[in-house]
Amino acid sequence: MSATLDKGHQVFREVMDAPVASFFSSCVSCGLCAEACLFYTETGNPRYTPIYKVEPLRRFWEQEFTLLGKLKKVVGLSKEVTDEELVEWRELAYDACSLCGRCSLVCPVGIDIAGVIRKMREGMVASGNAPEGLIGAATRAVNIGSPMGVKLHAVQAQARHVEKATGLEIPFDREGVEYMMLMSSMEIMNYPEYLEAVARIFHQAGKSWTIASDAFEATNSGIQIGSSDIARVLVSRVVDAAERLKVQTVISPECGHAYTAIRWDGPNLIGRAYPFKVKHILEVLDEFRAAGLLKTEGLDETRLTYHDPCQIARRGGVIEQPRNLLNMVASNFVEMTDHGKMNWCCGAGGGVSANEEAEEIKMKAFKRKKAQLDELNLDKLVTACANCRIQLEEGVEKNHMELPVVGLTELLAEHLVEDSKEGS
Amino acid sequence: MNGSDLELLQWARGPGFVIAISVFLFGVVLRLFEVLALGRKPDLSEARQQKNGSGWHTIFSRSFVFPALSTRTAVTYISGYVFHLGLFIIILLYIPHIELIREMFGIGWPGLSTPVVDAVAVITMIALLIMLIDRVTNPVKRLLSTASDYIAWVITFLPVITGYMAYHHILFPYTKMLALHILSVELLLVLLPFTKLIHVVTLFLSRWYNGELFARKGVAS
Repeated sequence: MSATLDKGHQVFREVMDAPVASFFSSCVSCGLCAEACLFYTETGNPRYTPIYKVEPLRRFWEQEFTLLGKLKKVVGLSKEVTDEELVEWRELAYDACSLCGRCSLVCPVGIDIAGVIRKMREGMVASGNAPEGLIGAATRAVNIGSPMGVKLHAVQAQARHVEKATGLEIPFDREGVEYMMLMSSMEIMNYPEYLEAVARIFHQAGKSWTIASDAFEATNSGIQIGSSDIARVLVSRVVDAAERLKVQTVISPECGHAYTAIRWDGPNLIGRAYPFKVKHILEVLDEFRAAGLLKTEGLDETRLTYHDPCQIARRGGVIEQPRNLLNMVASNFVEMTDHGKMNWCCGAGGGVSANEEAEEIKMKAFKRKKAQLDELNLDKLVTACANCRIQLEEGVEKNHMELPVVGLTELLAEHLVEDSKEGS
Repeated sequence: MNGSDLELLQWARGPGFVIAISVFLFGVVLRLFEVLALGRKPDLSEARQQKNGSGWHTIFSRSFVFPALSTRTAVTYISGYVFHLGLFIIILLYIPHIELIREMFGIGWPGLSTPVVDAVAVITMIALLIMLIDRVTNPVKRLLSTASDYIAWVITFLPVITGYMAYHHILFPYTKMLALHILSVELLLVLLPFTKLIHVVTLFLSRWYNGELFARKGVAS
């Protein structure tokens, strides 16, 4: 056995717990999870059946954690998980899975399949079987501070630009404020509108906030690649900054996995609860709305729909808030057939977008979203995840669909009452 | 009736039954231990104040929703539902079975008339056969299937068909067929804990874990 395979086995052993064992014990091989997965429905490839993506981990569990499996191994009825097998499974565990978790809601025996795939990825990283693109992103995140290599001066440059455009200050490293704002690389690089929108909305709401110069990045490549060690380093940066600045709430931006990382996985990674709250920007904005702090005018009359980012809706529980907010500024909001907790993934979450090997399949997977969108005859598509947005824009363009994609926070900012834009 | 048939029946009803129940109980306890002994770390993230659903909710709800229903999965859903319901009726509402339970545990309940259970047995066998054909022909299921899946099918089907044959006096005299029927149930009991049929026990755990995981995030599942 090679040293890396040995490490992989070691990690497979470490990630095993009662829920995973109950999941593997209960699987009846009914195959219904296939129908829940866009990588299967859009390709017809049975190997993309969600539960099949963790087959090496299942066999490992059987051999190591069940009496019958141990006996089978002794008499040679069950073969060990090999290097070759893990290499073969890389495509299944990374390229063809966005950790969207739709399968976890469909499984009749209640297996959280996406959660198990996330655990399987831990062993894949340890055994040296993670895709190059994700290794690069994770390395940049640890060494430079951002998976796309974005440095502080890029954020500062964008902040100055926003300050010039709005006349509002973008506060850095301010202690004792209510909110600490995180951003995703994609927002910094591709969607400067987000920062401007946030600045204007928080100004109108009269809420204090700041950006931490050493922890502005929300994207957590450790979660995507499946390395708790890397994820812990990245989460700790945010936690350290939030504690140093004594903020009450950390705001996760329009990014799916960032939210999962900092909101749900973070405390478990660092081994303690936070002294501050973590909220998604849509949760904060909806609180502002409910408190009457969000004053908007005019209605967007175009026919638009909302794409639920998986980690924010199904895996995050932020489902009502975007709808409340949309209904505030849009008069012609329609839902896709499967939405909210049963939404279909854009096809590029969970590290798929950072993985060059998945270029082709992610566009195939987009066909599912296309079918949903085509049914509605839309003018506009709204979402709340920069990663979804890039994928949706690419899919729209490659399929000649003529559909603008906008972030929900910006859409709201466009309708902020004018006079409150000026100083207060 | 010949003597060896009677002996077989007596063995099945006596020592055979004791052995089967013992292995079954040992197996179930072992499997539960194998799962629960692994434990789980407490979740340190703050659960939503407004939880939706719960583990208990999911234990029930997963039996009554069909989120992946499509032309490709209709066979699995319909046949799956029919044979589970069929087995439930055959096992628990067939009067001789209820009598057996009354004899053993002192409790009983009203059953269904024999012709009804007879028809249910036929429907159940058809549903099981359809499931088997689907397992072999559906590319997804064929890929997922291991020897254990086919063994599980055989040991589920045998008690139904032998019971049916015993009642209708097919192939063998009643005594011999009844003995074979009881033996097939004993085979099922012995192998259940060591095949995927253990899901009849562990799915309560897996559904609960799943439901709790989603519920703490505010998503009913």
